[in-house]
Parts: sequence; C-alpha cells; structure tokens
Amino acid sequence: MSDPFGQISQFLLDLLTGWGLEAGLAAFLLKLLGAAAMGMLALFSTFLFIWGERKLLARIQIRLGPNRAGPFGIFQTVADFAKLVTKELIVPSGADHFVFLLAPILVVMSAVAVWAVVPFAPRFIGTDINVAVLYIVAIGSIGILGIMLAGWSSNNKFALLGAFRAAAQLVSYEVPMVLTLLIPTMLAGSMGTVSIVEAQRQMPFLILAPIPALLFFISSLAENGRAPFDLLEAESEIATGFNVEYGGLMFGMFFVAEFLHAFTIGALTTTLFLGGWLGPGVDRYPILGVVYFFGKSLLVWFTIIWVRMSLPRIRIDQMLAFNWKLLTPLALAAVIVFAVADKLAPGGVLGRTLVLLAGNALLAVGTLAGLWVHARASRRAATPPVGSTPPMRVSPS
Amino acid sequence: MIPLTWYLLLAAGLFCVGLYGVLARRNAVAILMGIELMLNAVNLNLVAFWRYITPTVIAGQVFAVIVFAVAASEAAVGLALIISIYRRRSTVVADEINMLKW
Amino acid sequence: MTAMQIVFLVIGAATLLGGVMVVVSRNLIHAALWLILSLAGVAALFVLLEAGLLAVVQVAVYIGAIAILIIFAVMLTRRVMADSGPAANPNWWAAALAALMIFAGLVVVFMQLPALGAAQAAPLAGDPEVLVEDLGRALVDVDRYVVPFEVASVLLLAALIGAVVVARPPEAPLPEEEGR
Repeated sequence: MSDPFGQISQFLLDLLTGWGLEAGLAAFLLKLLGAAAMGMLALFSTFLFIWGERKLLARIQIRLGPNRAGPFGIFQTVADFAKLVTKELIVPSGADHFVFLLAPILVVMSAVAVWAVVPFAPRFIGTDINVAVLYIVAIGSIGILGIMLAGWSSNNKFALLGAFRAAAQLVSYEVPMVLTLLIPTMLAGSMGTVSIVEAQRQMPFLILAPIPALLFFISSLAENGRAPFDLLEAESEIATGFNVEYGGLMFGMFFVAEFLHAFTIGALTTTLFLGGWLGPGVDRYPILGVVYFFGKSLLVWFTIIWVRMSLPRIRIDQMLAFNWKLLTPLALAAVIVFAVADKLAPGGVLGRTLVLLAGNALLAVGTLAGLWVHARASRRAATPPVGSTPPMRVSPS
Repeated sequence: MIPLTWYLLLAAGLFCVGLYGVLARRNAVAILMGIELMLNAVNLNLVAFWRYITPTVIAGQVFAVIVFAVAASEAAVGLALIISIYRRRSTVVADEINMLKW
Repeated sequence: MTAMQIVFLVIGAATLLGGVMVVVSRNLIHAALWLILSLAGVAALFVLLEAGLLAVVQVAVYIGAIAILIIFAVMLTRRVMADSGPAANPNWWAAALAALMIFAGLVVVFMQLPALGAAQAAPLAGDPEVLVEDLGRALVDVDRYVVPFEVASVLLLAALIGAVVVARPPEAPLPEEEGR
C-alpha cells in the first residue's frame, strides 16, 4: 500500500490498453477521468461543508442548527439542493440571456479549478505544475469576472450596485493576497505547491512567517466575500447584491462556490503555511498525508467560521481604507523584509527561524507604531482646541 | 509536429482582425479591444519564434513579459481617458470626440 | 494529422473566431466576452509552445485584470443598456481592405522565407523549472535585461498614477482635512 494511487492508475491504464486503445489516448482518458473525479470530490464534499458550517454557526449562536433531515441534520443540504434543483430557472426580462447563464458557471469553475494544484498526499495531486501559485491567482480572477457579469446581466440596479462593490472589494484585496503569496515562494524557492510543501519539512512556514500568513488569511477572507467582508451580499443594504435575480440551481451554484471557496482557503493556507500533508509517519504510509491535510484544513476552516460569527460587517469605505492604507503597504514591507532577512539568515533551521521571526517582530512593531501615531493624530484632529468652536464636518473622515 | 508557419499565420490573422477593429469601430472601448488583440498577436509571434528558432536564449520570453506590462499600462490609461471623456462629453463614439479637428 | 495538430487547429479556430466576433459584435459586453475567449485561446497556445509561465501570466494579467477593466469601462460609459447607432464606421470597407492587404503581404513573406518552412521539428528546450529560473535571472541580471525591466516598472507606476489622476471625478474635494 505504499503508492495506492499510482497502482490504481496503472491498473486502469492496463485495462484500457487491454481493450485496444492506444497508449496516448488511454493516458488522455485517464487524465480526464482524474479531473472529473477531483471535481466531483470537491463538489460533493461541499454538502458536508455546508452542513458543518450551519451546525457550527448555530452552536456559536446557542441554537441547534439543522437537526431534522437525517441524524443530526446531515441530509439538510441534500434537501436544500433537491429544492433548488426543482425550482424554475427564471431569467428576468431585459436581462442578457447568455451572460446571465454564464456567470454562475464561471464562479463555480473558479472555485473548483483551484483543487487541481492542491497536494493531498505525497504523489497525490491533480497536476504538479511549477507555476501553481500564479495559477491560483489567475483562477481567482476568473471568479471576479463571473460575479461582475452576474450583477451586470441581471438588468437590476441593486444587482449592478452589488457587482460594482464586489468588483471593488475583490480586485482590491487581490493585491495583498498576491504579495503575500510571494513569501512562501521565496522561502521555498519555487512556485509549485509540492515544492512548497516539501520545503516545510523542517519548519512550517507559519512559524517562519506568521504575519504574511495572517495577511493571506485576511485577504482570502475578503476574496471569498465572507464576514466581516460580506458586504457583497449584505441583505439589509442591497438585497443580496449581485445574485438577487438568480433563483433555483443558478443560485445554488453561487452558494456552492462560496462555501467551497471557504474550505479552499483552508486548503491553500494549509499547503502554503501549515505544511500540507506533512506529519509523523507520512513517508511510510502516504495515506496518512490525506488525514493530516484534511485535519489542518478543517482547523483553518473552523477559524474562518469562528471569525464569521464574531465580527460585524464593515462598511465599504472602511474596507477600502483597510486594504489600501494598511494591508497593501504592510504586504509590500513584508516582501522587502523577507527578501532581505532570508538572504541574511544563517544556514541552520534554528538560525533561519530566529532571523525571520525577528523580521516579523519588526513588521509588527512598525505596524503598531504607525497605527498608534495615526490614531493619536486623528484623536487630536477630532477634539477642538480649548475656547474655539469645533470645525464644521461636511463628510465623515 | 506543428510547423512554425502555422503559428505565424495565426498571429498574422489575429493582428489583421485587431487592425480591422481599430480602424472600423465607432466605440472607443471597442477600438481598445482591437488594440489588445493586436498586442496578443505580437506576443504569440514572439513566443513562437522563441520556441522554434532560439529556445536556449530566454530573450523571447523576456520580450513577451515586457509586452504584458506595456499592454496593461496602456489599457489602464486608455480606459481612464475614455471614462474621463465620457464624464465631460457624455459620449464614447470616436467620431463625436472631434473638438481638435479643424 | 497528429493529435497535436488537431488540438492546435481547434484552439486556433477558437481564437480567430473570438477575434472576429470581438470586432463585429454590437453589444460591447458580448465583445468583451469574445475577447476573453481569444485571450484564453492565446493562453492555450502558450501552453502548446511550452511557455507555461507566460500562459498563466496571460490568464492572470489579461483575463483577470485587463478584461475586467474593459468590462468595468463598458459598464461605466453606457447611458442605456442597448447600443445606439451602427457598430462600424462609414469607412469600414477601407479598413477591411487594409487588413486583408496586410494579411496577404504577411502570408507572401512567410511563404518566401525558407528558414521558417524548414523549422518543422521542434528543437529541444530546457527543463521547465530551469526555464522559469532563467527568465527570473534574466530580468534582474545587470548584463541582460534589468534596464527594460526597470523601465517597465516605472512605466507601470506612471500609468497607475496617471490613470488615477485622469479618471478622478470632476468636482474638487472640499477643503477640509483628510482624516489624518
């Protein structure tokens, strides 16, 4: 059982060539089969993630969550999707028919296609391209395209407003995400996810680079449209935003894409910062890699839900200011500090860890100092000097 | 194997289609889309020549990367100009933006 | 007709079809979507040419940034949803003639150069990892391409600042402190 997936693929290849197909065509068919299996795995496991998220949200809010449809409400998501599938697909009049139907497909495609480069276990990965990190960025931007097209093609002012806000948020938070993705690339010396996981054998990058990990986590939350950044579908403000005209299975696809993306953030954070499938005993029993990988990803996923239930939604101007005034300069400073520190660090594991942690501490102290100065300056500007009338405020700062 | 001339013909065709778009369309954003097609054709040409004639020298890919950067900045500035013109003149039809014409 | 040639023909046809539909569509959002198809076709051709990094950069930069920017500009510059007026100039026939003549000229040039016709078999290249590393080193090597690289970064900075300044709303902000 040292290489189960290699053995399965070899068996299938022999089966297909035994039926008379030539080797190239058989290999191509096997790749298609593998891709379909990966996509199905991602989509069907979304059922469990949605159920788990609803249960966790409920427990944090001191209520029960779904508990009728099956033991502990496990089949609740199946029931929801059965309802969504049987609903009529309504395309609003005046809407751009083709674009309206294309948008949910693009969003789901972007959520599922990332799973092609995520390593579950040694030698168990969809495809080991050596530019996997850049591929993840590229696929993320296709999701943004889908959301904008959804909002625009609905022929609805609220949907268009939601699409503009979504585009502003998603495009803005791509910048710190891409910058922080440079840091595991620098530390591992490669953009391939397998190389990044292998480079964490001695020390996971979370310990070497906690601040970039936090930055990546925050900007991924904003990319997903999760609370506290969920003004993309703020029901109280813009009536669910870009997907207000979508019903039935098309809404189901947006739903699936959002919840799958949450777990994908967990998988990516695990791969890039927590060591992926690494753990005790994984070289002798590769199947343990899958267990470690899913355990770590579920931990990050739980943190995402925890954050969702704990923080209120932020306003759009606060969100944009947070990105451009705090996250992006911090991400740029982190890239510079890490590039310098990684070159100056001595060879051994302990020396490198200490130097990089010192770099992180420098970043943290610098950020906190900057925030303190900014807060003090805005406090001073807000309180009027003694004996004069306060300045007339025309717009909130 | 795919001969080099196939790539070059495809790039030439894409370039000429983009050229038609630039010269014949009325809407300024559509003209910009034609320009993007032309830049893509140029990139395709560069990478095809790199792969077939000089695969050991990385200059072809470097050139293509620089073209990416130039195309991105040109698209950004062009679209900013179009939006600004739209704000003032309420039109993006290239024929109607003719204040500097004698 | 090998499998690779069939793949190339399919992708090439999709790219050209997308290009033609871009310059012919009346609805600008549809034109932008056809442009995305063309750009994706070019990315697939980069993969066929074994320039994997450029393919992913093409998707990330062109489809993920420039196409979104174009769609944004289309959404912001339309008063009504429907297009008004014809899609092409009164001189569209001259443009088509010019494009056809340039294409014919290029085809004649290709058919006459013997070196290109002989490059049928693909010469060997290096390992993909080594290629990406070589590209990275070439961009910062003092003896090679660091000057174009730096000039391109200055160009991007100038374009960023210029675009922000040009696209600013016409009303001047009120003379008050900026919330420091």
